[in-house]
Amino acid sequence: MKGMKRSFKIEVDCANCANLIEDAVKKVKGVEEVTVSFMTQKMKIGFEAGSDPESVLEEVRRTARKIEPDFSII
Amino acid sequence: MLARILVASAMTIALQFADTGGWMRLALYLTVYFIAGYDILKKAASGIINGRVFDENFLMATATIGAFALALYERSGDYLEAIAVMLFYQIGEFFQSYAVGRSRRNIAALMDIRPDYANIERDGNTVRVAPDEVETGAIIIVGPGEKIPIDGLVTEGRSSLNTSALTGESLPRDVGPGDEVISGCINMSGMLKIRTTKEFGESAVSKILELVEDSAAHKSKSENFIARFARTYTPVVCYAALALAVLPPLFMILFKGSAFGFATFEPWIYRALIFLVISCPCALVVSIPLSFFAGIGGASRSGVLVKGADILEALSKVKTMVFDKTGTLTQGVFEINAVHDGNDMDIKEESMHLLELAAMAECYSSHPISKSLQKAYGKNIDRSRISDVEEYGGHGITAVIDGHRVAVGNGKLMRSLGIEPVPCRTAGTIIHIAADGKYAGHIVMGDVVKAHSREAVGQLRGCGVSRIVMLTGDTASVAEQTAESLGITEVYSGLLPADKVKQVEILLRSARSGEKVAFAGDGINDAPVLSRADIGIAMGAMGSDAAIEAADVVLMDDDPLKVPKAIRISRKCLGIVRQNIVIALGVKGICLILGAFGVVNMWLAIFADVGVMVIAVLNAVRAMYVKNL
Repeated sequence: MKGMKRSFKIEVDCANCANLIEDAVKKVKGVEEVTVSFMTQKMKIGFEAGSDPESVLEEVRRTARKIEPDFSII
Repeated sequence: MLARILVASAMTIALQFADTGGWMRLALYLTVYFIAGYDILKKAASGIINGRVFDENFLMATATIGAFALALYERSGDYLEAIAVMLFYQIGEFFQSYAVGRSRRNIAALMDIRPDYANIERDGNTVRVAPDEVETGAIIIVGPGEKIPIDGLVTEGRSSLNTSALTGESLPRDVGPGDEVISGCINMSGMLKIRTTKEFGESAVSKILELVEDSAAHKSKSENFIARFARTYTPVVCYAALALAVLPPLFMILFKGSAFGFATFEPWIYRALIFLVISCPCALVVSIPLSFFAGIGGASRSGVLVKGADILEALSKVKTMVFDKTGTLTQGVFEINAVHDGNDMDIKEESMHLLELAAMAECYSSHPISKSLQKAYGKNIDRSRISDVEEYGGHGITAVIDGHRVAVGNGKLMRSLGIEPVPCRTAGTIIHIAADGKYAGHIVMGDVVKAHSREAVGQLRGCGVSRIVMLTGDTASVAEQTAESLGITEVYSGLLPADKVKQVEILLRSARSGEKVAFAGDGINDAPVLSRADIGIAMGAMGSDAAIEAADVVLMDDDPLKVPKAIRISRKCLGIVRQNIVIALGVKGICLILGAFGVVNMWLAIFADVGVMVIAVLNAVRAMYVKNL
C-alpha cells in the first residue's frame, strides 16, 4: 500500500539549502519520498504507509531547522 | 538586511578617516564586522555543531576570521580587507535573494491563471463565491473582462474568449450557447452564463497549475549534477586551501632552507583564504534551477506544459520524432475528395444526387464519416422520405429512400448484398453507394491535413530532428498520400494501438544512446504509446485526463507547430544552463589558479564570486523569454 502524499508551502532562503533540506528530510523516519523546490517554495512529502503524518511532519520541521534556522512550513 | 549592509558600509567608510590605533581600532572594526556578518558566523557555528562543516558560511567565516588574524599578527592594523570581504559577500547574497525572489515571483505570476472567484446567481442576486464552492451543474455568470473559473458549457450569451493565457494563441475564440469552454480563458466582450461540467479541482486551470507546480520537483540531470558537484566541491576546496597554506611553506623550509617561522607561512595562508572566498558554489547552485524554472514558465505561457526540468532537458536531445496521423497531423475530420460514378469516372453536376443519397441514408448515424457526409451535403434532410434504416456496424447502412432501396457503406457491405463494388483509383476512405441492387458510384473521403503540419515537419528537420516517422491505423495508400504531402518519408500503416507501442519500442532500440525518441499524439487511444516513448507529447489534450497523466509534455492546443517550438524552448534553456556552468566554473577556475600563484588579492576574489553569481542569475532569467522562438 502506498502512503499519503501531501504538498506544503514552505519558506527557504537559498537553493542550496533546499537541496540540503531535501537530503536530510529523506532520512526522516516515516518519509518515503520528498522533494523540496526552492523555485515554487513547496515541499512535497510522500508519507510511508501507516505513519502518523503529524508527528512525522514535526520531525521534518526539526530536521530542516537544523539546516536552515529560518525554515518554516506555512 | 539592507539596513545592516548600509550601516556597516557607512561605518567602514567613517573608519577610514578615524585616526585610532591599537586595541581601540580593532574593537571598532570588530563591531562593524559583527554588524555585517554575525548571521554568517552563527550559521557557520551551527553548521559545525550539526555536523555539516563545509558550506559557504563556513568558507566565509574562515576566510574573514583568518584575514583578521593575519592583520593582527602583522600588527598592520589593516582589518579593512576582512570587513570588505564580509560586506561584499553580504551584498552579493542580498542581491541574489532579491534577484532570485523577484524572477521567481515574475515567473510564478506568468503562470498564475488561477481565478479568484466565481459569480453565481442566488435568489435573483449575483453572488461572488470561491471557485471551489461551486458544484458541478451550477450556473455561473462570467462578465466581460472576467476569467472563466470552471470548465462548462455556455447556456446563454455570446462572446469572444481570450485563450492566450492557456494556449499562447492570440486569436480570440468565439463562443455561443452549447459551446464548451475551459477555465482560465478571459471573457472579452459579452456576458456569458455557463453551466459547469466539472468541479474546480478537476477543471483545466487547476490541472495546469498542479502540473506546472509539480514540474519543478522533477530535477534535471544538470541540477542533480550541480547538487552532487556542490556537495563534493566545497570540501575539496577547503582541503585544497589547507594544503595551499601548509605544503608550499613546508617545502620551502625543508628544501630551500627557509626559516621555520610564521613569515614563511604567512603569504600562503593569505592565498588559502583567497581560495576560500572564490570557491563559493552559489552561482551554480542558484542559477541552474532558476534557468529551468524560467524555461518551464516561459513554455507554459506559450501553451506548452512541460512536466519537469528533466523533460525539458530531454526535449533538447530529440532526434527521432514520431507522429500519430489522425488528430495530430490531420484534423480527424473527413472531407469529400471526389465523387465517382459506377465506372470510376469523375462526376461533378450529378454528384449531388449520390451525396444526397449517402447523406440521407446516414442521417441517423453518429459515425464521424456520417457526420462529415451530412456536413458536406449542407442541406436540411427531410426525414419523412427515409424509412427502414438499418445500420450494420463496421459495414454501412441500408435504407429505403423515396421508395428506392439504397445501400451506403464499404466494399464488404456491397458484397454481402451481392453487388460487386468498383475499385477506386485514388487513395482514401471509399464509401460505396448502390440503389435498387445496382452499383451507383462511390464517394472518396480524406482526412484533412492540418494547416501547419507541413511547416511543423520542415521546422523539425531544421531543428536537427533527423528522423520523422508517422504511425497510423489507416490503410497504406491513405497513409502514404498524407505522408507525401507533409514531406514525411517513413510511414507505418495499418497499426492497432498495441502495434504502435511495438513500433515505438523498435525506434527506441534503434536510437543511439543520448538521443531521445518523442511521440506526439492526440491522446485518444494512445496513452500507452505516450508513456512508452522517451517523451510523450499530448496535443490539445485538455479534457483527456489519461493523456495528461501519461504524457510528459502537454500542448494546450492542437497546433503541430508547438512541437518544434517546444524543442527550441528546451534548446534555449539548455544553452543558458551550459553557458552558466562554463562561465561560473571557468571564472572560478581561473581565479583559483591565479589565487594559488598569488596574483589575485582578496578584493578581486570577492568580485569574482559575487559578479559571476549576478551574471549567472541575469542570464538564467533570459530562459523565460520564448515568445519569438
